[in-house]
Amino acid sequence: MTEPSFQVAAPRSTPVANPLFEYLLRLGDDRLVLGHRLSEWCGHGPILEEDIALSNIALDLIGHAASLLALAGEIEGQGRDADKLAYFREAVAYRNALLVEIPNGDFAVTMVRQFLFDAYSVLLWDALSRCDHEGLAAVAAKSLKEDKYHLRHSSEWVIRLGDGTAESHERAQTALDALWRYTGELFDHDAVDDAVAAEAFIAIDHDALHSLWLTMVKDVVQRATLTLPTDPAMRRGGRRGFHTESLGHMLATMQIVARSHPGASW
Amino acid sequence: MSDSQWPLWEVFTQPTKGEPFEHAGSVHAPDGELALQNARDVYARRGEAVNLWVVPTTAIVASAPSDAGPFFDPGNDKPYRHPQFYLAPRGVRIF
Repeated sequence: MTEPSFQVAAPRSTPVANPLFEYLLRLGDDRLVLGHRLSEWCGHGPILEEDIALSNIALDLIGHAASLLALAGEIEGQGRDADKLAYFREAVAYRNALLVEIPNGDFAVTMVRQFLFDAYSVLLWDALSRCDHEGLAAVAAKSLKEDKYHLRHSSEWVIRLGDGTAESHERAQTALDALWRYTGELFDHDAVDDAVAAEAFIAIDHDALHSLWLTMVKDVVQRATLTLPTDPAMRRGGRRGFHTESLGHMLATMQIVARSHPGASW
Repeated sequence: MSDSQWPLWEVFTQPTKGEPFEHAGSVHAPDGELALQNARDVYARRGEAVNLWVVPTTAIVASAPSDAGPFFDPGNDKPYRHPQFYLAPRGVRIF
């Protein structure tokens, strides 16, 4: 995996104009970007069955993103639908965490990243499915079911890669070490979270979420005979639009068709 | 191909509860759990099944084409082995 360039940005502490819109973009962009990354495996999977599995998970995530971005567009009230938000925003307007935009690397990087994200996503949906925002709670409940399957898939793979051959173990450990620095951002708490907690009754206890996540991750890492990284240095910035260079390249590929043929349907 | 592939598993799907399991196809997988997941992704991702079985292909004992004669032919000329061969007595409802 090549080391992506990055910029450091502190979590936002100043108020934002439309926090619920911003919050939904974060949720939607995480899944859109990760879904696209997974779709890059289509036709390149290590074995036919896994190729189908990865594409299948990619489609699920893009489906979740479509619901979230559609909801975001409604909240924004500027006439932007899910497609408009997905295909006609620049990288700086994307609000995904850095973890999901990192290039796929080898199968170990893809699977370890997927596992770290799935564990977070399952816990988050579980909490959000009980929130008081009706539209979001519905998306959360539906997505939770699918993400539980994703987590089962990715955690079983991490265990097999870690507890597999010498090479697979080494690659899985390298992946875990390289990705660890991007996990802190998932649990950041800023003014957007405070505002949606006050306005839209979406109150997520990020510290509690983090400790539940850590318990899940430790369990799988241990079963995979891997070592949990201890480096506390975390990279962040995606939630405020400070992305790695790789997101721009990814979006160029993802958006080219929609931008070349605006308004086309297929 | 066999040297570079994981072991083969036969997949059986149950379309709805209470129905018999049907052979759907096969998948490659290193073990049972991943065979089950692969089977789910290949044969049941569009809601085609409510239950899945995966069985190592090597565990299946199959009849050989050469068995066709001795195994199956004798049935052809013995219609009295089928209930339809017998006339139902008057007054018995025929299903």
